Amino acid sequence: MNAAILDALTLRMGYNATLVTLGAGALGLATGAVGSFLFLRRRSLVPDAMAHATLPGVGIAFLIMVALGGDGRFLPGLLLGAGVSSLLGLWVLQGLVRGTRLPEDAAIGIVLSTFYGAGIVLLTFIQGLGAGRQAGLEGFLLGSTAGMLQADVYLIGAGGLLVLAALFVMRRLLVMVAFDPGFALGIGLRPALIDAVLMGLVLAVVLLGIRVVGAILVVALLITPAVAARMWTDRAGLMALIAAAIGGAAGFGGAAISAAVPGVPTGALIVALAFGAFLVSAVIAPRRGLLGRVWAR
Amino acid sequence: MTDTALSFNDIVVRYGATTAVDGATASLPMGAMTAIVGPNGAGKSTLLKASLGIVPMAAGTAQFFGQPLDAARARVAYMPQRASVDWDFPIRVIDVVLMGMQRTLGLLRPIGRANRAFAFECLERVGLTEFATRQIGALSGGQQQRVFLARALAQKAELYLLDEPFAGVDAKTEAAIVTVLRDLRDAGAAVVAVHHDLATVPQWFDRVLLLNRHVIASGPVAQAFTPALLQQTYGGALPPVLAA
Repeated sequence: MNAAILDALTLRMGYNATLVTLGAGALGLATGAVGSFLFLRRRSLVPDAMAHATLPGVGIAFLIMVALGGDGRFLPGLLLGAGVSSLLGLWVLQGLVRGTRLPEDAAIGIVLSTFYGAGIVLLTFIQGLGAGRQAGLEGFLLGSTAGMLQADVYLIGAGGLLVLAALFVMRRLLVMVAFDPGFALGIGLRPALIDAVLMGLVLAVVLLGIRVVGAILVVALLITPAVAARMWTDRAGLMALIAAAIGGAAGFGGAAISAAVPGVPTGALIVALAFGAFLVSAVIAPRRGLLGRVWAR
Repeated sequence: MTDTALSFNDIVVRYGATTAVDGATASLPMGAMTAIVGPNGAGKSTLLKASLGIVPMAAGTAQFFGQPLDAARARVAYMPQRASVDWDFPIRVIDVVLMGMQRTLGLLRPIGRANRAFAFECLERVGLTEFATRQIGALSGGQQQRVFLARALAQKAELYLLDEPFAGVDAKTEAAIVTVLRDLRDAGAAVVAVHHDLATVPQWFDRVLLLNRHVIASGPVAQAFTPALLQQTYGGALPPVLAA
């Protein structure tokens, strides 16, 4: 089994597994980087609501595509449904915060649980339909690379790289708005617009991530690399780079190992690896880490 | 009469049912340091923020060098109040100063050696070069305030709008800020600062704008900073100052 894992990590597992592993790595790069800016803006929990809110959309898109006589598992179609549903969740979330003055954490709780519940009802219903064509939909819950098509992997990889490019262009504005929105306004920037772009990028990585990591766990791939990276540096840009590296390594490693070891859920493994990176960082990082703090005393 | 740096034309700002600024009109010249003074809730910060488009005006206009804000953005620097920043934010002092150059840098251009050198120069003017690579939270309150002044300097403006630059800072910082602002004025720029300490107005500023939702008086300190006008601005709540 060790030999199989080694083969997978060194991309000697055959074309398909290699492709999936690289795709998951690209996804991790993108989520790590986006998650850093989200963390700096103090909105790390919003993608949790957005990810759970994708599930009803996945179910509805599946039903529509089957009703139209197509393959219900066509990933771009499922992601379109997921995106619409997730945006609806975000819209409800912001409506709750603005309209009722509920604090954001409570509103997140409401949106997350309601949409998730609706999603589970739909997916259970779909499973009851039989026909076998629903196979793979449960991958949207906890993530699975099994049964992914090459086109799916290309979509995820290319999307991840596009997100990284957009972040590169926006990097200074995102840092400025997170650090000092009052100054950003004062020099004529529009923080609301910059926030909207950030949420758009978050939506993009959530959608790219739900197939691989799952709706429940994708938030971990946004937060964990960012908080791990925060331990190592006092520079926002460097933090995003380190988080991208951690996320990328976790995605790559998790996908490779789960390809080599049958029955290991991809999403959970990726998240566990990212958490491992956080744990190590929290203990050994100089200055901010546990040992560093003890040493400083 | 010198050129006008900033003019408020009948500005009205409302927060819901409250009228924070109620028809403020004044004109502030280049080459002078102006203090905006008035009691709590007089709309001092609000007036600055409204003229910069940070809060919406219900009526009125602000003109910068005789032009609307959009045409004059590059000539206006702004230093917000210090309070609302997360001091644990992963950013170094030099990076905060570089933010002042965002308009020059645009989206894509990487920060070059010349940019860095200029940011360093701005830090030098506030006496903080040795802190350039520290995380912002590692500095004292007064030092942080000087970093934000350096960021305003990095904007290379002709009009500097400062919201409570002296709030809660130590004597050394006070002196450093005054020196920098005087240099700016002597170079011909206009400095406009929301200020709460009446005692230091005559000593530091050339002009004063007395505000209590509308403008009570605006002019050179000798003419506008009089007990009678202050009484009118503060009502019965005139703070026990002006012994100097």
